[in-house]
Amino acid sequence: MTFSDWLAEPVNWAFLALAVPMTLAALRVVTSRNVVHSALFLVLTLAASAGLFILLSAEFVAWVLVLVYIGAVIVLFLFGIMITRAPIGRESDLSHARRWPAALASLAVLALTLRLVLAVSGQVEGFGDPLPAVGAATPSGVLGEGFITKYLIPFEAVGFVLLAALIGGITLARKDLTPAEEEEGGRV
Amino acid sequence: MIVTQFLVLGAVLFSLGVYGLLSRRNAVTVLLAVELMLAAVNINLVAFEAFWNTAAAHGQIFAIFVITIAAAEVGIGLAIILLVFRNRASGNVDELDLMKW
Repeated sequence: MTFSDWLAEPVNWAFLALAVPMTLAALRVVTSRNVVHSALFLVLTLAASAGLFILLSAEFVAWVLVLVYIGAVIVLFLFGIMITRAPIGRESDLSHARRWPAALASLAVLALTLRLVLAVSGQVEGFGDPLPAVGAATPSGVLGEGFITKYLIPFEAVGFVLLAALIGGITLARKDLTPAEEEEGGRV
Repeated sequence: MIVTQFLVLGAVLFSLGVYGLLSRRNAVTVLLAVELMLAAVNINLVAFEAFWNTAAAHGQIFAIFVITIAAAEVGIGLAIILLVFRNRASGNVDELDLMKW
């Protein structure tokens, strides 16, 4: 399949319309000088990836991503930023002064993964064919059935991990009171 | 749409996450870079699910597991950052060198 063939498909225009802003937003997440802008560009990246999931007919995952990530995790991030950095604005010390080793390492990772993708796409049959699942949304009942049959134990385990992590987070983040403060009624 | 375009996009996002992980000083922005890497992995999982088209949608189930674990990671990570900030009055990872000789 040539590039012009690829571009002739309208759905690939939708892909580009999501993927290009997504990459630019991801670039701003790691280079922005303002922590809050960084977090808000992550919202843009995740929203674009939710759009890609809808293109790939994974609608349930897309909405879970919107609810959990954009709805909850980013709010948590913004709280974390506002608690730890009181005056928020442009800052020059958000990244290390010497960044070329990081750039070198990430380019090496990129080159390695692209090399792997190209190597595999020559060997696995059907890599250049249109994706079969596109067009019909996966019913969320299929996912729910998977969660309570084949993936029951991982599902319970992940729920337990989440509970343990949240209890651990509360325990870590709450202030320890001195005995005198406790007598005053625990007000901090 | 072919599967390769999603793999390339995932590779680009992942390497941007690696760059952020290595170049950021502020601990919260390091966590944001980790989130970027997890998002790249999720794109790969869902794209491969669309490629193999399994009846039970294994790839999408794994993507939801990744999202859950990422939420747990952010919750506990931010609690640790908050605690470190309270004790050291700094959220920069290169200043947390108490255990370095």
